[in-house]
Amino acid sequence: MGDPLFWHRLQFGFTAAFHYLYPQLTMGLALLIVVFKTLGKSPGNERYQDLARFWIRVFGINFATGVVTGIPMEFQFGTNWARFSHFSGGVIGQTLGMEGMFAFFLESSFLGLLIWSEKKIGPKLHYLAAWALFIGSWLSGYFIVATDAFMQHPIGYTIATSAENIRTLQVESFWSFLLNPWALAQYFHNMMGAAVTGSFFVTAVGAYWALKGIHTEHARATLRVGVIAGLLTSLIVAFPSGDHQGKMVAKYQPVSLAAMEGRFQSGTYAELNFIGQPNVAEQKLDNPIKMPGALSFIAYGSFSSNVKGLNEFPQDQWPTNIELLYYSFHIMVGLGTIFIGIMGLSVLLLWKERLEHTRPLLWVLMLAFPFPFIANTAGWMVAELGRQPWLIYGLMRTSEGSSEMVHAGQTIFTSLGFAGLYVVLWFLSAFLILREISHGPAKEATTNHTN
Amino acid sequence: MEMLWFWLVSVMVAIYSVMDGFDFGAGILHLFVAKTNEERRQVLGAIGPLWDGNEVWLLAGGGAMFLAFPRTLAAGFSGFYLAMFMVVWTLIIRGISIEYRSHVQDELWRAFWDRGFAFASILMPILLGAALANVIRGVPLDKSGYFNIPLFTDFGTGNPVGILDWFTVLIGVFVLVTIAAHGALFLAWKTDGPVHDRSRALAKPLWAGVVGLWVAATIATRTVSPEIYDHFAGSFLAWLFFVVYVAGLATVFYGILKERFLLAFLGSGAFIIGILATTAACVWPVMLKSTLNPGWSLTAQNASVGSHGLATGLVWWIIGFPIAVGYVALLFKIHRGKVKAAAEGEGY
Repeated sequence: MGDPLFWHRLQFGFTAAFHYLYPQLTMGLALLIVVFKTLGKSPGNERYQDLARFWIRVFGINFATGVVTGIPMEFQFGTNWARFSHFSGGVIGQTLGMEGMFAFFLESSFLGLLIWSEKKIGPKLHYLAAWALFIGSWLSGYFIVATDAFMQHPIGYTIATSAENIRTLQVESFWSFLLNPWALAQYFHNMMGAAVTGSFFVTAVGAYWALKGIHTEHARATLRVGVIAGLLTSLIVAFPSGDHQGKMVAKYQPVSLAAMEGRFQSGTYAELNFIGQPNVAEQKLDNPIKMPGALSFIAYGSFSSNVKGLNEFPQDQWPTNIELLYYSFHIMVGLGTIFIGIMGLSVLLLWKERLEHTRPLLWVLMLAFPFPFIANTAGWMVAELGRQPWLIYGLMRTSEGSSEMVHAGQTIFTSLGFAGLYVVLWFLSAFLILREISHGPAKEATTNHTN
Repeated sequence: MEMLWFWLVSVMVAIYSVMDGFDFGAGILHLFVAKTNEERRQVLGAIGPLWDGNEVWLLAGGGAMFLAFPRTLAAGFSGFYLAMFMVVWTLIIRGISIEYRSHVQDELWRAFWDRGFAFASILMPILLGAALANVIRGVPLDKSGYFNIPLFTDFGTGNPVGILDWFTVLIGVFVLVTIAAHGALFLAWKTDGPVHDRSRALAKPLWAGVVGLWVAATIATRTVSPEIYDHFAGSFLAWLFFVVYVAGLATVFYGILKERFLLAFLGSGAFIIGILATTAACVWPVMLKSTLNPGWSLTAQNASVGSHGLATGLVWWIIGFPIAVGYVALLFKIHRGKVKAAAEGEGY
């Protein structure tokens, strides 16, 4: 426990996971706000404008919290991962710099206009501001995913050696680095995951209003948009995007795939395990409930394909926490499947015009919103735990990337500081968002009439 | 190419200091110049739509350094470890204090965030000033190119040094007073009524303090890092920026006397940019000076990422920079004129 590397990893993992609770909702809501505002442009659809205003207020609180928890990440590259930053800054400095220049300026400039200045700037510029936040937040997502994709599947670089014999990475082909096929796959999957979070969040509020019998018109409109978006994004997050991401892992990180599935031995007709507990010491999966051949099919498109097990790889290439990786993957996939079921049923009932009156399902929809947050967090844990023991796949081990000069006393101090600060932040942001939700959409509508 | 990126990073840090500087300045002063809830919201209304964009200059400047001089970023950030986290936590407190405050109509809630905003705004310029002073004084970079120093030791400038010593604290206080004075001019320009009157009244004594501390800081720098002035004499750029900041200072006093606060505020911006650029010209090409061995210092050359990476970054930087400036111009245009407190529930 006095090992500084353990604390560097814990701190980065914790602060990144906590931070990402906010941007995933930001990116999901940004898309839905554009949808609400676009629907609200037609005459007679004012309730969608009310809903856009309502969600913009929630968005503002969430965005601010995302901004302040994102700043530490930028600093931690240098503070906690100095050797990694020095080694790879020549490549990932490009995308991190571009994120500030092209995404953050766009978002931050239009945020205030979107939240507070509708009357001042008029409907046209306000509509533009909604698009600016959507584009800005989704661009920001791309630069971060492209940075991570380089760590997962480095391409477009060369290794330079300085006069003092220090090896560093340099960007060689900017476009192949920026348009890394891994980045495109991961981005598509990740953004759909964020949209699932946004859809479930919006739907939960609509379900809450419908169950209480308040804001009836707004509840109906919210549920309609929420469940349709929820079904579409839940489907796309699984297929084609999740499927494609899985094939990337199978191709470029076969050892991660083996660990994700708890597959210790190679073989054809590889089974997909729905549940089971990896027993790393005995190299087997306890109590498996499985479907033979399914993993072969998912990974390589044929039931008879051989899927390599961990036994084919030297142990020093194995992910360092196989159990957690395995559970993260199964939680993500399991929840994703349940999302499709819930939203599929909801859309069916919406089509039959029975959704608003099916109270048990409304209860489920109201209470389901935390699960996409869990699924997205688990998904990122799959990506980052699956990359281990590498910090940059095949180029730098995680143990070689941390700040050597920083001792455990320093990093434990700052880790505890973050833990305390973030608990407070979580309560405050949850309090403010719940408060907005309890006010409902009517308040904005009245304010607008009187002005 | 290294020199160009050295200046691009310096320019972005200077823009950050001017832009976020007035946010911090407003935060330092708001408990004194804005007494009622209405007045506090007037101050927040003036900086609310701008602060987040201003803060991006820090991230963009950091991004530029990461891209061009990753070795300096790695050594500096891990070396000033605890101070860096104080910066991060201070930025968190500042951000949520502005954003969360006006959502709840409750005296205690708002009083709490008002103090959070003031606390963070006071601490941040001291930290930034101390960081700048650490760069001037130098740090014990060893052969590996890394160092790590505690927050403070015996407050002396000799090894073992801490991030805070008498010199860095002095520069921190100089920056604090300068940022407060900068904020006073911003508020005098952007507000009317009592907030304007109080900011205007504070501007003169604050700027007198800036001049006094400037003299003290110059003498102290001469003692701690005399070689800076050797570079100064032979550097055309240093003389040029010296003229900019002296002219800026003169403009500040002229603007205050003539009650032309936009002019005074622009002068204040020129003063801040000029003094930072003069410093950059004097330390060039050293980015992080080693107190153990001058040969172990990190310079724009030995910390550079290489010409291909710098050229690649320059292409998108040239596209991105004017866009970013355009956003700032658009925001100032939309929010032009004197700021009034927004109606309850409709603004910061």
